[in-house]
Parts: sequence; structure tokens; C-alpha cells
Amino acid sequence: MSLLTVTDLSKTHHGARRVRALEDVSLSVDAGETLGLVGPSGCGKSTLARMILRLDRPDAGAIRFDGQDWLALRGRDLRRARGGLQMVFQDPAAAFHPRATVQGALAEALRLHSGMPRAAWATRIADLLTQVDLAPDLAPRPLSTLSGGQQQRVAIARAIATGPRLVVLDEALSALDTSIRGRILALLVRLQRDLGLAYLFIGHDLAVVRAISHRIAVMDAGRIVETGPATKVLAHPQADLTRRLIAAIPTLSPPGDLP
Amino acid sequence: MTDRPLLSLQQLAVTYPGAPLPALQGIDLRLAPREKLAVIGESGSGKSTLARAIAGLLPGGSHVGGDLIWSGDTPVPGRDIGFVFQDPGGSLDPLLSIGAHLVEVLRTHLPLSPRAARDRAGDLLAQVRLPDPRAALEGYPHQFSGGQRQRIAIALAIAAGPALLIADEATSALDVLVQAEIVALLRDLAEARTMALIFVTHDIGLAAQLADRIAVLRNGRLQEIGPTARVLAAPQAEYTRQLLAAHLDLSSPPLVEARG
Repeated sequence: MSLLTVTDLSKTHHGARRVRALEDVSLSVDAGETLGLVGPSGCGKSTLARMILRLDRPDAGAIRFDGQDWLALRGRDLRRARGGLQMVFQDPAAAFHPRATVQGALAEALRLHSGMPRAAWATRIADLLTQVDLAPDLAPRPLSTLSGGQQQRVAIARAIATGPRLVVLDEALSALDTSIRGRILALLVRLQRDLGLAYLFIGHDLAVVRAISHRIAVMDAGRIVETGPATKVLAHPQADLTRRLIAAIPTLSPPGDLP
Repeated sequence: MTDRPLLSLQQLAVTYPGAPLPALQGIDLRLAPREKLAVIGESGSGKSTLARAIAGLLPGGSHVGGDLIWSGDTPVPGRDIGFVFQDPGGSLDPLLSIGAHLVEVLRTHLPLSPRAARDRAGDLLAQVRLPDPRAALEGYPHQFSGGQRQRIAIALAIAAGPALLIADEATSALDVLVQAEIVALLRDLAEARTMALIFVTHDIGLAAQLADRIAVLRNGRLQEIGPTARVLAAPQAEYTRQLLAAHLDLSSPPLVEARG
């Protein structure tokens, strides 16, 4: 039984010209697994993420999350259910209030979703920071004084603060230096194991997506063109785009070795 | 490297105005004509400072120590050194057509008639592999994708025929497919135009795709510099080994087991 099921989702943007951003997109994510969603800029993967996060509405199609008709939820029910489906975006600075402190950002999530008494917040915040390998004494610091990698760890702490079952990560590691990226990938894998989290891990870089994903879906021009276990998609790519994404992965061979 | 160097840096140091510590110090480096050098490092390593110091683009009031010696006359930025930034929007005026951008740069630096500059502008867009280059001259920046705008920024940077092109994280904001195309374009342009290239990146994998030599920076200091094959196969600095270990490709072990 899937945790998240997206069925035949479609969306057309009506701007200066009509753009079919999503066309009959279907995918599913099981509890505790990572589905990697990979594709080039403009393929529709962030549009799909916005639908799943209820930041935008599809023209057609259905989304079920945790046994509920996700698109039918309104008001109080939706606010309560949002604690189960959290997100981390590419730019952590944009996700926080510019003058927010670490504890302020985490307390906001606890206030909105946890139902935890205010007196328990400080202990919970220290615990969350420890879970993402940050020192609890960072709590009073303004987020703007943290490095990009530290800010992204706070964004992850905020996402897990509400006890979600699914976290959508939209290009969450794309702006980080490679060594920090590796450490945060390892952190995500550990949190998944410890907390039983499922991830929808969205990215353009198949080398990164493949490192963390159990299954991979490949998106091109608003459509899913290939889905399968990560090892199978990499070893036997079916779609032309998948083959191009594989070919574009830089390897550590010097240029003389290239065709 | 028997050529007379295009550029020599001796104990180059840079401190930004008001900064307590130097952003760059003790940099010794020689760049040969036509050489493709990758400068790699993470945020705060000083790699962009090095690029800007060479291009003469440091903010006013910066303190520069040591020597920066060119083989010929002091180069004119924009003519003898081309520079491509991470965000191509920064070098493009939204109200100016692509053709007008190129004609302005060409006529500033070269003795060309408006007609000849216009022809040359179309040739440049063809060289950076922009689809339908003649039609693109009439277009405006917002009508192009991020990758196409970066091609236009490269055309502007090479318009006056510089001896050196510096690309500072020029592919970082692009998806991997476009990134690979831009890396191949920069490599081919440098080779076809006998132009030296300094490719600044945080990604050692991209550096490996085009560089003759790789220089590794950390905390404002040069950790090592050497031929690409040697740096990749036998890194001397511990920090280079860390960067190589952090590289992900299809030979990296997956972090999770695949499921059906």
C-alpha cells in the first residue's frame, strides 16, 4: 500500500502561451522508501512538487496521501495533515524569515503542527538539532550567520519536527559544495532509517539522485518517461532522456579519455 | 609548458576592503598561452577572488600584494580578458537586443563598421552554437533559456578576441545536460581560438572534463597544482583527496539498496 499515489495529474499554464506543464503524471512512493525524480530544467518536476505540497492545484488527476484524498482536504484538516508531508527546497535562506533564529524557525513548525506544550519546545529543539548533527547551542543564532550547509540542516530539522511520513526534497542539495552535499546525503539516509521516512527526492543530477534513491522516475516535458528500481534504470535505461542524463554525468577521467 | 607564460602570479595576496583577513595569499602560478586551467575549491576558498584579481575586477579599495605579471602589454578587461559569470543575467541588459549587446562590445574594442560588427555578431552566436543565430540577434535576453543566455554571455566575452577567457562558476546554475554542453563549448572555443581558459568551479568532475591542469584552493591558499591526470590519479594534498572522495558518479557506491 503506497504512502503517496499520484494518478494522471495534468496542469496547463496559461501565460503568454499555453504550456502543458504536466501531462497524465502518475507515480507512487511507499512508506520508508526514496523515489528519485530526475529531469532537466523546465521538465515539470518542481510543478509536480508544488501540486503534492498543495501550493498549486492541478487541472485534472488525483493525489492520495496516507489514505486520504489529499486534494480534497481543506482548512483545519489540511493544516493538521500538512505535518505529515514536509518539504526542503534548494535555497534555505528563502524558506526562512530573513531575521529568524534557528530556534524561531523550529518553534514555528512545532507551534503549527506538533500540539506539543510550549514548555517542551526547548528540549525538542535541542533534540532536533542533535538529530541533524548541529550543536544545540546554535539555537539562539540568527540563521543568516550560519553556512549554507548548516542552514540546510536546519531546514531538514524543521521538516522532521512535525513527525512527517514523507519529505519532498526539491533540488535540496543542488546549491551545496560537493563535500557538504555528501555529508547531507548520508544524514538523509540515516534519518530515513531512524524515523522510517519516505522521500521524494527531486533533482537534475542523476549521479546524486541515484546515490540515495531506491526507485527512480525520469521526467521529460511534463511526462514520466521511465520508472523503475534505481539499479535497473541505470543499467538498462529505456528512455532517450535517461541515456542522455547518464552520459552527462562527469567522471574523473581526464579529457583525453573522452570520445 | 615551454612557452613563455601568458601570466605569472608571484605571492599574490588579496584582502577585501574592511576584511580582517586576506581572501587569498601566497599564490604562485603560471598560465601558458592556450592553456586550460581549472581552479577548484569550495565556497570561501578564494577561487572567485583569484579569477577577479586576474581579470582586474576586484572592488575598489581591495589590497593586492605580490606580483601579477603579463607577458605583453597590460591587458584591457573586456578586450584581452573575457569574463563569464555564474548568472548570465548580470552581463545582459534586459532592454537591449542581443545584436545590440554584441555590436556595442565589438565596436568598443575593434575598428569595425556597424555593418561588419553586425555580421561578426551573427558569427559569434553561431560559434557559441545558439540555434538560429541570425534571428537571435533580434531577440531580447528574456526570450532565451538560462543555457542560451549563458551562450550569449560567452559570445560577448569572446567578442573582442581575448587571449584569456575566465569562466567563474559559469555552469553552476544550469542543469547537467546544459552544463555538459557548455563545458564542451568552452573547451572547443579555447582550442579553436587559441585562447587560454581559466575555468573556476567547485566540481572536480567538471574540471576533469576540460582542464590541462587543475589548481586546488582552500582557505585562500593553493593546496596543489598539476596536470589533470596526475591530480586525479595521484593527488598530493589531503584536501584534494577529500574532494575526489566527495565526487559522485555511477561508480560511487549507492547509499541505499535498490528495491523492486
